[in-house]
Amino acid sequence: MSLVLLDPVAMGRVVGRMAHEIAERNPDTSSLCLVGLQRGGVALAHRISEVLSEIVGHAIPVGALDVSLYRDDLGRRVAPEIRPTEVPFDPTERNIVLVDDVLFTGRTTRAALDALSDMGRPRRIQLAVLVDRGHRELPIRADFTGKTVATTLKQTIRVRLLEDGGDDTVCVEDLNS
Amino acid sequence: MNWNRRHLLDVRSLSADELRLLLSTAKAFKAVSTRAIKKVPALRGKTVVNLFVEPSTRTRISFELAAQRLSADVINFTAEASSLKKGETLKDTLRNLEALNADFVILRHGASGAAHYLARFARCHIINAGDGAHEHPTQGLLDLFTIFEHKGGVEGLNVTILGDILYSRVARSNIWALLRLGARVTLCGPSTLVPKVFETLHPGVRVSWDLESALRDADVVNLLRIQHERQRVSAFPSIGEYASLFGINATRAGWIRPDALIMHPGPINRGVEIESSVADGSQSVILEQVTNGLAVRMAVLFLLNGGQSSELAQ
Repeated sequence: MSLVLLDPVAMGRVVGRMAHEIAERNPDTSSLCLVGLQRGGVALAHRISEVLSEIVGHAIPVGALDVSLYRDDLGRRVAPEIRPTEVPFDPTERNIVLVDDVLFTGRTTRAALDALSDMGRPRRIQLAVLVDRGHRELPIRADFTGKTVATTLKQTIRVRLLEDGGDDTVCVEDLNS
Repeated sequence: MNWNRRHLLDVRSLSADELRLLLSTAKAFKAVSTRAIKKVPALRGKTVVNLFVEPSTRTRISFELAAQRLSADVINFTAEASSLKKGETLKDTLRNLEALNADFVILRHGASGAAHYLARFARCHIINAGDGAHEHPTQGLLDLFTIFEHKGGVEGLNVTILGDILYSRVARSNIWALLRLGARVTLCGPSTLVPKVFETLHPGVRVSWDLESALRDADVVNLLRIQHERQRVSAFPSIGEYASLFGINATRAGWIRPDALIMHPGPINRGVEIESSVADGSQSVILEQVTNGLAVRMAVLFLLNGGQSSELAQ
């Protein structure tokens, strides 16, 4: 069974609110930039940046980060497809907001922190996620959350963004459906 | 598309999808090599053994650096200074390396089929780094990658491989990779080194002993080194005669289309198969091949390291 968590209208509002919260908590926006995690976080980071840039009155740069090479389960699963990493700025001394679609175990975020550290030394890293579904396996939490939802391990969250060919909805689905 | 092999033994058995996955993974690793920190932790805690029973410097260095860039530990094992000289069999050598918990064994060996032989009982991953005149898979893959970068693909391209085809594992790996993705291959050189029988490999292979037409038709010209160490009988009277009949000098380079690539797996013999003006010319991608070799070898190590979806396929 599939339960709609966010429809396109709600998605737009959530993204807008997250952009406002990021602006509110980062009064100095001169060094602020967003880094979306491949793959679902990249389009989301661009959307947030669009709203955020309007709020603060100047463009907020966006990067894309693939964390495949930093995962802690590489020998235990089929080698993942590596997507492009394009961070068009030096992260050192930057105020970086990592953007991902779903926060689950926290292992992707951990890998992203390592990957970013290899690129420089940001002044601060914050985390923004569209959906927090719980079940953390590491001491990681989001600074900006679109929607928090209680899930079971037999469920999955499907984020279907327009940019990736979806219909701009977020659903909870049963894994074997 | 998932990678589902434990070993990389040849190019011939790779599907078009597997080749494309290797190319796209190599592309990602090429980008890694341009970062300030070129090392990633993907193979942290893994041990890679370069088992080079036949000497090689550039392939070994390339594999060694690839493994190091992936944070693996690397041991170099060369035949001259090893127990193989004391009479140990290849199988026992592998068993000993596995007893030390080697995760990857990269084998260079003078006998065709040596890597396949080890793979029959190996618990670790075996990578063929050249076996006799059979195959040199990562060289074939890096050549394919280099052509893709410049031409966007190989389908419909004419690739001329020139030189010592008979004794060349590089030629064979190139032939299989190119044919699988739809290129046409022309083999050219002295008839003693380019027997007509190669045409029976595949309808896409043509043998030509006419250098001028083979060069004029080509989108890519891949020059091979004359492997005097692998020739049991002399296939041509002298190096000088080979150079005068088949060496690419400025005149013959003029037969090559201006948009065609000139490749060479190295080490190049300046003045034999290629003159300096051509090797260092604008159409030469010889040094790019070296750079791409590193990315391709990182991709191979990374893909083989992944777990299997259906346990231990192949």
